[in-house]
Amino acid sequence: MIVNERAINALVIAGLVGLPLWALVMDEPFTITLVTRAVILALAAAGLNIILGFGGMVSFGHAVFFGIGGYTMGILAYHAQTYTALDLGAFTTGGTKSMPLIWLAAMGLSAIVALFIGLLSLRTSGVYFIMITLAFGQMFYYFAISWAQYGGEDGLSIYVRNDFPGLNTLQPIQFFAICFALLCIVLFVKARLTASPFGLALNAARQSGARVETAGLSPLRLKLLAFVISGAITGLAGALFADLNRFVSPSMFSWQLSGELIVLIIIGGVGRLMGPVIGACVYVALEHVLGGITEFWHVYLGLILLSIVLFARGGLIGLLTGKEGAHV
Amino acid sequence: MPSLLIIEQILNGLQFGVMLFLMAAGLTLIFGVMGLINLAHGSLYMVGAFAAAAVAGATGSFFLGLVAALVAAAFAGAIVEIVVIRRLYKAAHLDQVLATFALILIFSEGTRWVFGSFPLFLDIPDAISGPVTLPGGIEYPLYRLVLIGIGLAVAVGLWALIERTRIGIQIRAGENDREMIAALGIDISKLYTLVFALGAALAGLAGALVGAIQSVQVGMGEPVLILAFVVIVIGGIGSIRGAFVGALLVGLTDTLGGVFLPELFKLFMEAGAAQRSGSAIASMGIYILMGLVLVWRPTGLFGARA
Amino acid sequence: MSEPLLETRTLVKSFGALKATDNVSIDLRPGEIHAVIGPNGAGKSTLIEQICGGLVPDAGQVFLEGRDVSAWRTQARARAGLARTFQISALCMEDSVLENALLGAIGAMGASWRFWSGALTRPELRERAEAALERVGLEDEHDTQCASLSHGERRQLEVGMALTLAPRVLVMDEPMAGIGAGGSKKLTELLDSLRETAPILLVEHDMDAVFALADRISVLVYGKVIATGSAQEIRTSRAVREAYLGQEA
Repeated sequence: MIVNERAINALVIAGLVGLPLWALVMDEPFTITLVTRAVILALAAAGLNIILGFGGMVSFGHAVFFGIGGYTMGILAYHAQTYTALDLGAFTTGGTKSMPLIWLAAMGLSAIVALFIGLLSLRTSGVYFIMITLAFGQMFYYFAISWAQYGGEDGLSIYVRNDFPGLNTLQPIQFFAICFALLCIVLFVKARLTASPFGLALNAARQSGARVETAGLSPLRLKLLAFVISGAITGLAGALFADLNRFVSPSMFSWQLSGELIVLIIIGGVGRLMGPVIGACVYVALEHVLGGITEFWHVYLGLILLSIVLFARGGLIGLLTGKEGAHV
Repeated sequence: MPSLLIIEQILNGLQFGVMLFLMAAGLTLIFGVMGLINLAHGSLYMVGAFAAAAVAGATGSFFLGLVAALVAAAFAGAIVEIVVIRRLYKAAHLDQVLATFALILIFSEGTRWVFGSFPLFLDIPDAISGPVTLPGGIEYPLYRLVLIGIGLAVAVGLWALIERTRIGIQIRAGENDREMIAALGIDISKLYTLVFALGAALAGLAGALVGAIQSVQVGMGEPVLILAFVVIVIGGIGSIRGAFVGALLVGLTDTLGGVFLPELFKLFMEAGAAQRSGSAIASMGIYILMGLVLVWRPTGLFGARA
Repeated sequence: MSEPLLETRTLVKSFGALKATDNVSIDLRPGEIHAVIGPNGAGKSTLIEQICGGLVPDAGQVFLEGRDVSAWRTQARARAGLARTFQISALCMEDSVLENALLGAIGAMGASWRFWSGALTRPELRERAEAALERVGLEDEHDTQCASLSHGERRQLEVGMALTLAPRVLVMDEPMAGIGAGGSKKLTELLDSLRETAPILLVEHDMDAVFALADRISVLVYGKVIATGSAQEIRTSRAVREAYLGQEA
């Protein structure tokens, strides 16, 4: 079966818009929440795909940024809702419930942490890189668990969803609209980035580091910048995810989550713009459908994943369009 | 700080370290010989622990439990190698990561399916439970000493296997030159299955031994697996000696940091805050150690120079 | 005599007991092709890596247009006009010919920190890449994926990518390796036409090509330069004969 990739992309976007609208009419808020969840996971995976698909860096620790985004939201909102001061050394703030501010903080913090993790882990490559990013993820996980001030192992609940100027974020469809708009913006930016000179150089760095150096460019700097951008986007997704659940916990830092983000990309197809989106939709649908049938749905997820790796290298898009994705 | 406590904590660190070594040795061997990164190594640890708990529970014999752990983990390892892993040797790291991640899902949920979500318990036999008095008057659990002994014995045994036997020669040849070993007429796929099963058996043994002092439950393998990754990143991937040194370093850093950092912080902070920040930093201690080693030597202490 | 564009002074590099480069001083002057020949294991690749920045010499310096670049990284030397081609083609196989050529243009024009405009649509990058491809005869292969190029065409693209850097100096590591007689003739003509664009330091095994192209030849044996001179001088050199044919010659 050979289908045009553009047609699939258009169909997915149409479905992502149509399903929540249908759910709105049918008054099924849970479906809207489900689609919002898929959109946010797609955003997180889209961030990861910048380095995994285009840069060839298999980060098994991207939950770090998801968690940082989540905790940024949690901590800022916690101080705002308890009217306590947050002492940041240089200055003190009362926290905030404003989404745009929270997003900025989440992306900024994720970018800074990504810079440090990237500087250390990009000194290595291949298996070392995988293991080191995994270990950094675990470091943040244990730190969050021992961080008693913000709930430790139990996490942190936020009573009311944060505000966005002019919208009522408590309405599922309005919150969905915010998340969907952000996803579209990120995908558009990513498409431009991929086609830009930077994107071309990054793609070349994945295939041949020596060649890139010989062209007068530093593969390390290209990869580091991609890592930082990638971390910031996944951080943004983390802040949204925390807002969706009105809850953050150390599990946002867990290695399982890092693994699942990679899985989303693989299901959709590595190095494709819409790969993470399709992957996230399929993943959430599987979780919902299989999870409804059996408590042990991860067994089936594992079997599906195994078959994709062994038999369908290009992911679902690759299967449908008959083209393999980028080689990592 | 009483010196007795220090010695006790050093022994705890050693015990933790040698158990990490059992995990890390298999991982590093599998990577060194086959070039495979195996995330499912933690599942084999879990298989060993569950097999030991089930058999020891049914027969009442801890020793039979240990045998069952070795056999079950080695068997599971061999099956997994033949069915899945051997298709991945030439694959990209990403594929290896994904396929072995899928194996974790299957193993974990499969075990939950069979044994349920409640933890099992594995009792230490009376003969090696209870405290002993060490020279200097330190009371220390005998079982933990036994663990240190077993860990060191396995380390020596592995060294002898690799340095002194025909199999060891083949393994070393496999690490250096994959084409050569095939050219020598050695059945490479059999060797790979054997190495994988050996690594699995070590992981299973560790799972059973540690299962007796913690609880046996689904998901017990992955935290240990990630620590074992830290160990081999520090020691240098593919190096057994590096795995040993790295494991002891990690075991001691983690144990001693958790006890002494809060104490250290109390010297210049108020007690509650010192406890909190001390244990928070201690929880990151081994990762900081890893970071420092990487800055100093990107391929680990005993890794091949890039 | 004009100033050399590229010069090594008493380069030394050892691997354990093996002296791979032993006091090598060679230079490259404007408008010439200077070939470096020598038996396998003579240290030719080690020498190239030290010139291009892939290996750090134990002692000695590398000068590019009179500047000491010994401590510079590969990418800095490339930006300063030192372009190289690889013995085993290091192209981005998944990308098209034009995209590969664009990579060089991006590096040369410092465009890698442009994130918004399309790489294929920026006229100044595209003109430079297209000009280089035309120079090496690949103007009809813009959209061909590298992986489906013939061996000879890959060599041409290697040279084309070096040209996108607007090089002051070209260093080529066995450009003729592995291509047939027809391709070799075509590439020889191409290199011949390049010497006025930038002088070439040519490491090559193909003696026909070397004697057809080189203005000067240096012979490297066991890490040492045993002779430097014109093709005629090298042909008749006693030291070279001994090195290649053994004592009895």
